[in-house]
Amino acid sequence: MTKALPTFSLPPVGAEREQNAYSFPSGKQTLICFVKEDCPTTRTSMPLLQQAQDIFGQNIDVVALAQNGEDDLVLVQEYGLTVPFLDDSTLNTSYAYEIDTVPSVFLATEDGNVTQQFIGFGRDDWKDLFQSLANQHDVTLPEIDWSSFPELLPGCGSKSMEPGIFERLKAESEGSPLRGRRVEIGVNDDIHEFLYEQGLTDGLPVIPPTPERVIRMLEGTTRNAQEVVAIVPPNLAPVTVEKIAVNSVMAGCRPEYLPVVITAVEAVCTDQFGMHGVGATTMGATPVIVVNGPIRHEIGMNMGLQALGPGNRANAAIGRALKLVLRNVGGQIPGETERTTMGSPLKFTMCFAEWEEISPWEPLHVERGFDENDSVLTVFAMTGLGQVIDQTSRTARSVVGSVGLKAEGLHHPKYHDYPDALFALCPEHVATIARDGWSKDQVRDRIQEITSRPVKELLSTEDVTVGIDPKLLEGAPDEELNRLVPKFASKSNIHIVVAGSQAGKFSAIFEGFSNRIGLDSTVTSKKIEK
Amino acid sequence: MVATSNPVVIIDPTDEREPIKRSLAKRPEHISGTLGLLDISKPRGDKFIDRLEQLINEQMPAVTVKRYMKPTVSKPAPHDLRQQIMNECNFVIEAVAD
Repeated sequence: MTKALPTFSLPPVGAEREQNAYSFPSGKQTLICFVKEDCPTTRTSMPLLQQAQDIFGQNIDVVALAQNGEDDLVLVQEYGLTVPFLDDSTLNTSYAYEIDTVPSVFLATEDGNVTQQFIGFGRDDWKDLFQSLANQHDVTLPEIDWSSFPELLPGCGSKSMEPGIFERLKAESEGSPLRGRRVEIGVNDDIHEFLYEQGLTDGLPVIPPTPERVIRMLEGTTRNAQEVVAIVPPNLAPVTVEKIAVNSVMAGCRPEYLPVVITAVEAVCTDQFGMHGVGATTMGATPVIVVNGPIRHEIGMNMGLQALGPGNRANAAIGRALKLVLRNVGGQIPGETERTTMGSPLKFTMCFAEWEEISPWEPLHVERGFDENDSVLTVFAMTGLGQVIDQTSRTARSVVGSVGLKAEGLHHPKYHDYPDALFALCPEHVATIARDGWSKDQVRDRIQEITSRPVKELLSTEDVTVGIDPKLLEGAPDEELNRLVPKFASKSNIHIVVAGSQAGKFSAIFEGFSNRIGLDSTVTSKKIEK
Repeated sequence: MVATSNPVVIIDPTDEREPIKRSLAKRPEHISGTLGLLDISKPRGDKFIDRLEQLINEQMPAVTVKRYMKPTVSKPAPHDLRQQIMNECNFVIEAVAD
């Protein structure tokens, strides 16, 4: 079995680059040994490498590839070596050879095919090597004191595999998964100022997306880096897994968050979610991400104390990564196509998990047709966040009544036929509701009941001109004027999850977007695939 | 300010497309035939278009006016609507209001 080894051309350590470079294959049989001085097993091997040079140097090339460059010359002095030390301090050759252990020894034919190889130190490996070389070249082996060598010594980790270095080598290699344009930041530039001035941030500092970090981020997904995930509004720009990884690095994500960010991008870029309008509206909408299923625990998301606030890396960074993709890839930039009047802190980041375990109800994703063991995210186009304070209710009817009364003011108390809103009910409120055995549907019914107002109260007046145009109801019978209209167009517009700390009777309501049901943005769920 | 000793290389987080500069279509000297008025469904956009229609009828009686409406302001006009306007009109005015 022969396998061609990667070719290389390396200068001796300490020489000017490219000067007197040694090129492999050289046309002669070659013994290659990857070394680094800070490895005791390398030291054990040096006398035998020199022996190989002394015995077979007439017939074959013997070379050491020095991972530390000049620092490895201490080996030459210590062991009186004449074996040429080639400079692989860039580690590109170590990477190409997929070296994970030093020393690694290869014997190659004159045209570069490997015939023998071993790692670490093995007395029998070296014996076999010497014997086969002696046979091939008809050389009588001198006496070697094999007993002075240990039988086996494990090798050391290759420098090319060290964290940070491996990713750099991968990013620089010919097979690099990265295709994005590389931007060099000048030595006198402050990188954070540069990134801000280029308009690539949300105003807060970002993690610079170096090739090494992007490579590491891509480890979080099995998807091909160049796969186009979605077309991102408003510029209708195709976004690849790589570009999502770049923005995820900037947002502060860990690689295991990447599948969630990718799925979030897919979900908001669907026609039904309508990201163009959500991002452009003066109303100030933005995607809110709710995560369900096992991945919540796998990546350490917060669903308890301060679930909707700062402090948890996964919650914060996933939400932020989505917004950075929309900005940097989609071109959704405030003052350009993003024309929000007030904006909202939700536009920095908004992602949290449902506390399924404390909830008496089916979690959101199961209600929406997924298996409870699926990891799923759901995106809502929301404009604001408010809190319901009710510390006195001791019945489901009363506490849900409070929640409903708070919701009546969404957008404007006179706006009924309201679209989607997201209710994040706190564990204490939920416990009160659960004590009375109420289902989620009963919660929705109660919200609709307590917010119902007769049509006549929803008319535009001179004092408050918002409301239904009275002209439309001129001559309408009393029956129509007294008809009760609930706040929400439908019960299905009331979305309920459980989150927050176990102490405190404060639930939260995310205010929705638009007032045209089903036209502008539809709540969208998507399974998270790794 | 913190200066780094080596130049830092980053991967461009954008879509790497230069902004496309679009030139306006040539403006006609005279309006004749059919003129489409497209209401994009923005609140009170209809008021603006009503007024436009009134002015066109007064000042250009030979021009036929046709009214159209997008289903929602949030999304681009559906393909069928764009096709219909192209087939039926020589000109179109799209109104934005709030």
